[in-house]
Parts: sequence; structure tokens; C-alpha cells
Amino acid sequence: MLKYTEDHEWLKQDGDEVTVGITAHASEQLGDVVFVELPEVGREVEKGEEIVVIESVKAASDIVAPIAGEIVAVNDDLADNPGAVNDDAMAAWFFRIKPAGGESIDGFMDEAAYKALIG
Amino acid sequence: MTELKRTPLHELHLSLGAKMVPFAGWEMPVQYKAGVMAEHLHTREKAGLFDVSHMGQVILRAPSGTAEDAARALETLVPANLLGLAEGRQRYGLFTNAQGGILDDLMIANRGDHLFLVVNAACADQDIAHLQTLDGVTVEPVTDRALLALQGPEAVGVLSGLVPDAAAMKFMDVAILDWDGVALWVSRSGYTGEDGFEISVPAAAAREFADRLLADAAVAPIGLGARDSLRLEAGMPLYGHDMDAGVTPGAAALGWSIPKIRRRDGARAGGFPGADVILAELAEGPAKKRVGLRPEGRAPIREGVAIFDAAEGGAQIGTVCSGGFGPSVGAPVAMAILPATLASGDTVWAELRGKRIPVSVADLPFITPDYKR
Repeated sequence: MLKYTEDHEWLKQDGDEVTVGITAHASEQLGDVVFVELPEVGREVEKGEEIVVIESVKAASDIVAPIAGEIVAVNDDLADNPGAVNDDAMAAWFFRIKPAGGESIDGFMDEAAYKALIG
Repeated sequence: MTELKRTPLHELHLSLGAKMVPFAGWEMPVQYKAGVMAEHLHTREKAGLFDVSHMGQVILRAPSGTAEDAARALETLVPANLLGLAEGRQRYGLFTNAQGGILDDLMIANRGDHLFLVVNAACADQDIAHLQTLDGVTVEPVTDRALLALQGPEAVGVLSGLVPDAAAMKFMDVAILDWDGVALWVSRSGYTGEDGFEISVPAAAAREFADRLLADAAVAPIGLGARDSLRLEAGMPLYGHDMDAGVTPGAAALGWSIPKIRRRDGARAGGFPGADVILAELAEGPAKKRVGLRPEGRAPIREGVAIFDAAEGGAQIGTVCSGGFGPSVGAPVAMAILPATLASGDTVWAELRGKRIPVSVADLPFITPDYKR
């Protein structure tokens, strides 16, 4: 089941890992994405830590780690094709994180709550 | 905060789904539904319509009723050859200050019995006050006309469908053309590096004129976002970013706008604010000069990013004054004022998020302009 953060990330539980991307709403707000800088695989991150840089034609934005944990995979395809974020935000995942002990995405918004947030 | 001004095309922008932003005291479209990237590419491939009504339009008139006398007066503020500007022609120039810095850049057109100027929106009030210090000329701000730009390879075909005489104009020609009884003030010029036109139209007719242009399938509305990326690729400076009151024409790489006749030993050498500083610098060669930058990789380096002379340590040698992603170049591009000893192809380093990225010094412009000379 998909969960959403107030920073406009989508979170998908895959076994004991969580896949993270940004929502279509966020990608529309950013405009054409031209560069994505991803964290290193194996990096231990804190909740709220800025770990992805997204550059659009307009500005640079940061994506934070929604939970603490270890980065176990990143979507290297975005290096060559950053525009995939605009084409299909749900398919253009950024990273997979293995939650640290006690961390869970259960408390984040569901789709209905996120839709209410963005109006 | 004072109320933002609206252009005669405000309703049109809203109906086209524009995202409106404050810009130099005006409420302006930064992009439409297509987005900055698509708008940029459309302009280079077909034709883009820009609302630039926020820019200041000013008529400068001498009591004698000749453009020549207005030009003689304006030459005391602008180091260009304005007495040599033929009727029906337009030229780029700079207002300079006593320190040799740039107060604004502008277009100056000779329209026979007066000069027609177009200045930056943010500087318009200051420029008009500056012009009013001139003796023997009247300064008439034009406030009842919109200003549109139609840019791109298909601009000439589209505009000449409405006003056939536009097709015969050459780059930097100006003319008053009749469109169904409406006087259009047309120049073949722009701020994109493409062929195209800038068209002053009475405010009351602006909407209908814009609708007629947009009715052509080749024409799309273009916002300020793409205007900025287009001019950046074309190597054109933006006032307040690539030049300001603390930057000389030499450092801004705008010395080309100051011809020999206004330089040392010229027939009308000097006679404008800051002439000593500006002409000495042009004679000796500027110590710093605006250049193009091509960062390695895909990460844009934007305004404010520090430029260093070494991958580690070293000294900061400048700051990015304009930068972003160049949609037509397909890579990030930027400009900075750097030591003039650097040559095209030399490597410098941009400090981005704590990391130094290699950057090649590049010739401007980044694209090949397509002007109809």
C-alpha cells in the first residue's frame, strides 16, 4: 500500500524495504527535471536528512529521507533520463531504504489524506 | 507592498493557464501549461509569443523635431554612435554612471523626428528620471501600448501574414506598419538568439493582435522562464544579474556596443558618464570579462555559485551571474565574470553543495543565432 509524506514523497513497502519517489503533484510543481543526484548505496541516513537533489529548469530542491535507515538501492536510470520523473512520477523511483529498527511507514498519510492535502 | 501592475494581456495569460509571478513590480506569466522546457524548444523550432509589456517604452524628442538633436543629447548619457544611427534603424546601448558602471541597457531606434527607447522594467522609473536631466529634449513615457515579442524561425511568416511589409525588414530595422488601421511599432530584434520581432501595439488592440498571432498553429505563448533560458543560451546579459551599477561595459563583455568614434582618439570620444574609467579599460583590455561556462555533467550551476581556480583550495575567481539548464544545448550552461587571462577551453571549478565540479570556459553564445542581416 502506498503512503505519502508532507514533502510530497510516495513510499511503497516492498518486503522489508521501502521504495521512495516523488508524487506527480510534486513533479508538476518542480517543472522539467534536468538533474537528479542520488545518495550512495550503503549510506546510513537519518530521518529528515537531505539525501536527494532534484534540479528542474527552475530551481534546485532537496528530498529528505522519510525514515531513518540504510540506502539499499538507487535508480541510476535517472542520471541519464531525469525527465522520467515528469513522464511518470510513480515509476521513477529514487531510492530504496531498509528501515532502521523500530522505523515504519505506517504513520504516514494514505492516498485520501494526501489528496486532501494537495487539494 | 504596492499593487502589482498588470499588462493589457493579463486576461489572456489567465485564460491560457499561465502561472503568474511578481516581476519588477508587474504580475507576469513565468510559464504556461507546456512548461519552460517545451516553451523554450518551441521558440527555437517554430515561433513563441512573449508579453514584454512590462518593459519601459519612451519617446525622446528634441524641439527641432529631428532625431539627430535627440541623439546628440542622448549621446551624453549613452556611449554609442547615435548620431550615426540611420532613420529606421535600432541600436543597443548602455546608460553608464560616473564610476563607469552600467545603470541599464536599452534599445534606441531612430524614427525620423524622434528616438524611441525600450528599457528594462525594473529600471524604467530611474531611466526616465535620468533622461529628464537632459537639457533641450522632452521625455515621453509611452504608457498606453503593450509590447509583444514574436521570436523564432516561423515568426516572419506569421507576422507578415498580418503585416506583409514585416518580411522585408532586416535585423535591427524598425518601422511603423499598419494592421487594419492600427499602427504597430515593429523592430526586427529580440532576446532569444532567434530571428523575430518586437511589436509595440496600442493597449486597446493588444488582445486582438495577440489572439490573431496565437491563432497560427506555429505560435505558442512563452513565459519569462523560457525567455530567461533562451537569452542565456544566446549569451545575452540580463540587467541586475550579469551587469549592474558596479560592473563596467568591459567586464560585462559589452565593449562592442561602444564604437571607435566614442573611444579614445575617436571623433566624439567620451562625453558620457564614467568615460575616463570605461575608455581606459577598453584601451588597456579589461582585467575581468563575462564568459560562458559549461559544467561537466548535468547539474546546473546557478546564479551565486562560487567559481574557483583549483579543484581543491585555490582562490575564488568569480561568481556565476546567470546559470541554468540550456534546453537546446541539452546541458547546463552559465555565465560569470572571470579573469580575462582565461581562454575558451580552460578549466575552472564551481563549488556546488560542498563539491567542486570542473567547468569549461566557453565562448558566447552557446547557440548559433539566426539573425536576418
